[in-house]
Amino acid sequence: MSLSEQEIFEKVKQVIVKQLGVSQDEITKEASFTDDLGADSLDTVELVLALEEEFSTEISDSEAEKLTTVGKTVEYIQKNLK
Amino acid sequence: MLTEKVVFITGSTRGIGLGIAKAFAKQGSTLICAGTTEEKAKDVAHQLAKEFSVPTLGIGFDVSNPQECQKAMDTLITQYGRLDILINNAGITKDNLMLRMSEEEWDLVLRTNLYSAFYLTKPALRQMLRQKYGRIINMASVVGILGNPGQANYVAAKAGLIGFTKSIAREYAQKGITCNAIAPGFIQTDMINALPKEYLDNIMPSIPIKRLGTIEEIADAAIFLASSPYITGQVLSVDGGMAI
Repeated sequence: MSLSEQEIFEKVKQVIVKQLGVSQDEITKEASFTDDLGADSLDTVELVLALEEEFSTEISDSEAEKLTTVGKTVEYIQKNLK
Repeated sequence: MLTEKVVFITGSTRGIGLGIAKAFAKQGSTLICAGTTEEKAKDVAHQLAKEFSVPTLGIGFDVSNPQECQKAMDTLITQYGRLDILINNAGITKDNLMLRMSEEEWDLVLRTNLYSAFYLTKPALRQMLRQKYGRIINMASVVGILGNPGQANYVAAKAGLIGFTKSIAREYAQKGITCNAIAPGFIQTDMINALPKEYLDNIMPSIPIKRLGTIEEIADAAIFLASSPYITGQVLSVDGGMAI
């Protein structure tokens, strides 16, 4: 499966909308999950679980902790998607 | 209500764990029986499948080993695609007076009785969060509430499980996941039968109901806690009134 950065961004957006209940246009690459999108720490854990499912991948605890913004998350998925 | 729920019970080849496994089997649950040896675990799983006509899986692994716990959890989630109920029941004793207790005795009991709950609950919660459903039941003990001479290691582990239970309950309360503990008193098991008769005679006055508990009485408590979506973070004492 080879996805462009834009395609990944769109998929990530959909997962965020579903998990955090925010609207599409609030989701920019710069947006921080906790500061801008209103996620608490447990929400971010669930978001990572949902992303793992969406992209059929595994994200370790130490990597997951670094994924604080939408942009970082898209970048990580693009790099690590097989 | 518990029909077709996937239930993972550690230490379920004998004693309280086996009793709990039977109780869930009667409800029609799918059982994963875990014990120290693969052969024994598979044997028990096979017997329960035959007796109660429910799907079962036997897994042998060391609960004090984090890699083995992860592997066991991966195996069962791969096979069944979900995990509804986790019962952290496996436990051992290595009794000694504190002044004589070796670091090995301390370490082994803490690893087997307390660390195991951490190793198994973490991967279980990942799955339960996805499902938005889960029941975690930790087997504590009356001595974890009252203390007991000669069991500083066991009591520390059991009291640790109680604190662990309360924290997990709070963390996942909004996610459809409950976490409770059962604190059995003195129950008719191999663990209690191994105690000198004289010791049990001395215990009896401290049990208001004046008898040992049965394995079935503990199993009933597990079914009760697994059935309730609104009870969480509780320690249910099933001890004949010892810890009133």
